[in-house]
Amino acid sequence: MRAQTAVQIREPYFTKAFKPVVFALALLPLALLGWGVWQDTLGANPIETITRSLGEWTLRFLLLTLLLSTLRRATGWVQGIRLRRMLGLFAFFYGVLHLLSYLWLDQFFDWAEIWYDIVERPFITVGMLAFVLMTPLALTSFKAAIRKLGRNWQRLHTLIYPLTMLGVLHFWWLADSKSRTEVPLIYAVLLAVLLGERLWRWSVPRFSKTPVTH
Amino acid sequence: LPLSVAAKSTFSTDEEQTPFDDITTYNNFYEFGTDKSDPAQYASMMKTSPWSVTVDGECAKPGKLNLEDILKPHSKEERIYRLRCVEGWSMVIPWLGFPLADLLKRFEPTSKAKYVSFETLFDSEQMPGQKRNVLDWPYAEGLRLDEAMHPLSFIATGLYGKDLLNQNGAPLRLVVPWKYGFKSIKSIVKISFVEKQPDTSWGRSAPGEYGFYSNVNPEVDHPRWSQRKERRIGEFRKRDTLMFNGYAEQVASLYSGLDLRKNY
Repeated sequence: MRAQTAVQIREPYFTKAFKPVVFALALLPLALLGWGVWQDTLGANPIETITRSLGEWTLRFLLLTLLLSTLRRATGWVQGIRLRRMLGLFAFFYGVLHLLSYLWLDQFFDWAEIWYDIVERPFITVGMLAFVLMTPLALTSFKAAIRKLGRNWQRLHTLIYPLTMLGVLHFWWLADSKSRTEVPLIYAVLLAVLLGERLWRWSVPRFSKTPVTH
Repeated sequence: LPLSVAAKSTFSTDEEQTPFDDITTYNNFYEFGTDKSDPAQYASMMKTSPWSVTVDGECAKPGKLNLEDILKPHSKEERIYRLRCVEGWSMVIPWLGFPLADLLKRFEPTSKAKYVSFETLFDSEQMPGQKRNVLDWPYAEGLRLDEAMHPLSFIATGLYGKDLLNQNGAPLRLVVPWKYGFKSIKSIVKISFVEKQPDTSWGRSAPGEYGFYSNVNPEVDHPRWSQRKERRIGEFRKRDTLMFNGYAEQVASLYSGLDLRKNY
């Protein structure tokens, strides 16, 4: 099997060096935004730039989280799975900041206006729903919760599929009706590949020596 | 033309003007790409000289005029107008130009002329964004004739005392300050006097989102944006959007008896 031949990073380098580097890299988008605010390089409408960038990074981290087990099945790199919690939590982290930038910088906590947005604008509705679905995943990401929930933890965390779809839809519906859908389309295609791989493994059992987990 | 020569207009606002850099780098001009930064990056591909404008339809003096002949009879004045984008941001821009009515009268529209339609240049070699089917090219816009003849309606050839940069719609563009920005069509090559309400590019693309009138109206939402507030570029807090973008006193009478919720 390919699974045994894949290159692995030697311990303790994985834990002591690789993981911290990934952690630092995951903070880089935020640092660059902060630097952009400081240096005033975010353009004429920095708040729009910040909100959109944080939203896109949320999606990117969700896709990266989904990529890890696909990568394991495709290349046999099993260590990647140990980054999954961290990347998933970064997705939540950027999601919280994205939501906060909307609530604060866009709406200035005008709750009536926010509620109106949620009810009236489908792209906000699905974005909020995606965030709501992401929250229990973040809250149950620590060891004690995993132990306590047992098999239900696995079930609960399949929510990453619908919530990522909602995230992509949120981005899609933000785009103009006919134009500007090219970038959301890229995310949709990447997600389709990641979900398609799972569907394919699941429907063709002889390939699924490694069980399909997220 | 130096600013001191340009006449001051009573239509101008004394609100703080948006910096030149913001006006010239944050643009919607899909002919050069759909990102706000694309026009500043690619608009130099457009050749604005020589330039000509075709005038046709219900008028006594149709024809094809080169830019010099279009501009010659008009003395330029400065108009400091608010610009409100349908996306919920706004600017204050010191335009340079002349009233649209002065231009249109030269062609002597007939009694059949009820509307005016405009078209932007259509040449994907000069406007690479037109290679993609994001809108129905050429970009088309229109006004009711009485809207077009209103003294606020303006043809801009410059801003901040300088000639227009391509990303702002050089060499001549429309400015209709009480309507959302996309009505103010850029880089005009055709003006037609017509009897029936003309199609517009955005109207064809999404009729439920972009109506023919597209007057700034805080009471009527766009499906994706509340229009109650706006962010003035350069400001942190949002401000309330005003009916007809603050020009209600001048233009509200154009729409008396019209249901603005239906005629959005």
